[in-house]
Amino acid sequence: MPILLLFSIFLLLRGHYYPGGGFVGGLVASIAFVLHSFTNGTDATMKLLGRKPLSLIPVGLGISAFSVILPLFFGLPPMTGLWVQEKFPLIGLIGSSLFFDIGVYLVVIGVVLTILFTISLTDD
Amino acid sequence: MLFTVLSGLIGSLLLLPFGKPLKSKWSLLLPLLPAALFIYYLQYIPAISSGEQIHQSTAWVPSLGMNLDFRLDGLSFLFALLITGIGTAIFFYARSYLKNHIYLDRFFGYLCLFMSAMLGIVLSDNIFLLFIFWELTSISSFFLIGFNNNEPASRKSATTALTVTGMGGFFLLAGLILLGNISGTYTISELVSSRNTIIHHPQYPLVVGLLLMGAFTKSAQFPFHFWLPSAMRAPTPVSAYLHSATMVKAGIYLLARFNPILGGTDWWSNTLMIAGGFTMVYAACHSLLRTDLKSILAYSTISALGILTFLIGLGTRDAIIAASVFILAHALYKATLFLVAGIIDHEAHTRDITKLAGLRKVLLPVAVAGLLAALSSGGMPLTFGFIGKDLIYEATLHAGTSSSFILTTLAVTTNIALVAAGFMAGIRPFAGKLPAEFEKIHLPYTSLWLPALLLALLGVLFGCVPGIAGQLFSLQAANAISGSDTQLHLKLWHGFNLVLLLSLATLAAGTFLYYINKPSDKKQYFIQKFNPLSPEFILNRFANGIFSFSTWYTGKFHNGYLRSYHLKILLFAEMLLAYKLWLSGPIKIDFYGLAMLSIYEIAVVAILIGALIMMILTQSRLTAVVSMSIIGYCTCLMFVFYSAPDLAMTQFTIDTLTTVLFVLVLYKLPPFLNLATTWERYRDIAVSLGFGVILSLVALQVHHEAISTQTSEFYANNSYILAKGKNVVNVILVDFRGIDTMFETVVLSIAAIGVYSLLRLRLKTSEKE
Repeated sequence: MPILLLFSIFLLLRGHYYPGGGFVGGLVASIAFVLHSFTNGTDATMKLLGRKPLSLIPVGLGISAFSVILPLFFGLPPMTGLWVQEKFPLIGLIGSSLFFDIGVYLVVIGVVLTILFTISLTDD
Repeated sequence: MLFTVLSGLIGSLLLLPFGKPLKSKWSLLLPLLPAALFIYYLQYIPAISSGEQIHQSTAWVPSLGMNLDFRLDGLSFLFALLITGIGTAIFFYARSYLKNHIYLDRFFGYLCLFMSAMLGIVLSDNIFLLFIFWELTSISSFFLIGFNNNEPASRKSATTALTVTGMGGFFLLAGLILLGNISGTYTISELVSSRNTIIHHPQYPLVVGLLLMGAFTKSAQFPFHFWLPSAMRAPTPVSAYLHSATMVKAGIYLLARFNPILGGTDWWSNTLMIAGGFTMVYAACHSLLRTDLKSILAYSTISALGILTFLIGLGTRDAIIAASVFILAHALYKATLFLVAGIIDHEAHTRDITKLAGLRKVLLPVAVAGLLAALSSGGMPLTFGFIGKDLIYEATLHAGTSSSFILTTLAVTTNIALVAAGFMAGIRPFAGKLPAEFEKIHLPYTSLWLPALLLALLGVLFGCVPGIAGQLFSLQAANAISGSDTQLHLKLWHGFNLVLLLSLATLAAGTFLYYINKPSDKKQYFIQKFNPLSPEFILNRFANGIFSFSTWYTGKFHNGYLRSYHLKILLFAEMLLAYKLWLSGPIKIDFYGLAMLSIYEIAVVAILIGALIMMILTQSRLTAVVSMSIIGYCTCLMFVFYSAPDLAMTQFTIDTLTTVLFVLVLYKLPPFLNLATTWERYRDIAVSLGFGVILSLVALQVHHEAISTQTSEFYANNSYILAKGKNVVNVILVDFRGIDTMFETVVLSIAAIGVYSLLRLRLKTSEKE
């Protein structure tokens, strides 16, 4: 599971240059959590997450929306990609679209886990 | 000026966090908002009465031609004063009227919103801005009319009002856009200069028609008048504010504002005069047959609005002057009468004038206010209503050659009925002997009757010094309506002439009518006989028809079965594609142009087909799910072969998750059932085979079409330069088409919340059981 999570973050970060990105990354990460819940039970996974997966959705949407609005503060139209000039070690260039992708990533995890966990916790 | 419009919006927003204290301790703060605005506008008196215009502009959405352009001229000024001035009175009044109501904060929120919207209408100089505020008044009035939302009748009348005014707003928008297209400008003050282009344009009648639809629905002209009487279910402060001074006058304002742009033609004046003339006579006669106080007032308001429409349509200098004076006079006395009716309702708990009598003994100040307002509405000399009525007669008498006799007759008939109606509402409840049941009534809070009395006194004050009142408020308004200098001079005494004679005759005849017209329930039954002919009835029939149609349609197309949705979507797509293919001519398939199959591909396709057959024939759900995921993975492999790693990866993860989801759900499903009949199976087979065939044909056909690679080239070339990314697919997702992605994530979230809440809801109910 840690490996899968790491892989998902890797996918998320490299998305701008190679195959990958927030959506796939998020899916992989949610698979990681789903596998964990299969082996250890849903309650254990919930404990691991520390919060309801539903709460990831607003956070993710917030980050994405923030990156959409951010250029407005610099007098540019919304969605303009902003880039920090210097390179960060390991990650490379950081831009506002990375934030957007992180937002997508979180939303995807939130959505998938919400749906799956709600269904798996429903007992008739 | 922008600030004055925004302040109401902010005020209504502030009621969300601070609603509780404002409801009880600090409720005195609320009326201070309109009062402050009123004082703010009063300071413009010297500037406006000397003919100045004040402009203010703030860029908002310049790319769409929408700017926050505000203009204060005579007409806007008159309306702004009415809105804020009467608003102040209403706010004070409502504070006591709805004292201790649990939703008082909400009420004031709506009221603030409404006030801002009205101010916005009269101040905006941009037609789109005007439309936005126009719709805002419709929406806020919907909430205000339906304020007693636990009464079905109240909700229904709110919906009626919203339907009628909303429909009008729709027409108005169409008219405004057309107007903007013809003249090339969206600024009202600039439209005036392109008047000649507009009135000679072939689409001019259409513009007029659409615009008038908007104005007539808002101002309750026949045949759209019915929403106003039914809107009387609202609390009385709302009726007084919306239906005397402001909202219904928005339509009149629109007519007045566009009179210099569109007016002066036969189309314009004939339509207005016919609609207005019919409405004023019809509603005035109707008001005499009512027994409910507010209903009488509602019909007399409709009649007054008819008079205003009629006058604007008449369009002579006298008529415009009369209109600008009558707007003020009517607002003053009608608001008073509504407030008086509200106090009576509040104290006596009935508005039935067959029961009410002798209330002057217990509610003296209210009786004085009612008397003064009734006299003003009757056109008694020394009240402002007298001046207004005089001017109306003057306008009709000097209207032209042949028609002036007919027009004057119409005006006199209307006014006689209105005099009687005004007396019925303002005097009858207070006259006569006090019935025993009302003896215990005591005078309510000062803040309840003081606004009514002040407004009534103002009507008398203006009536005594009409010269000053006219100079201050009406002159510039009249100039703005007519688009030229009207040289308005109001005088109390015009000497003995025909107009005075008519006025006095009207008053006498009205008083006589008041005495002989005893209200009774019989008349109500009489009116009800004609119900099937009324526009309201027809509209209701129409609405019911729409309801039953939509129920039928929903049952047919949205039956909640996923399989039926699937079927319909696929069928529709098939038809669309087949049509397009048929249009594109004979189908040529070039088998030689296709690439050779590799061994991997053949293997994958073989697995795919095997899984497919397995899935269709199996009797076990689990097998079906597993075969489905095999199909998914095979598709994945195909993507890999054709170098679409992004797609493959996504498909792969999605498939994994889908399988997990299916397995989770599988436990909770009933055992495998065969619900489909044989016929349905054959139908499904046909649809899916058809879909497959058509898609294959499309795919093969694509080879023959010249492929435009412009789009993909653009993305390929620019993704690194503009967005610093090497993965084109991802760059498209997060940068070029970022907004799409953004909304897709929103959609996903909504879906998740939907699943969560639906399942949780079931969980909760099953826990309860």
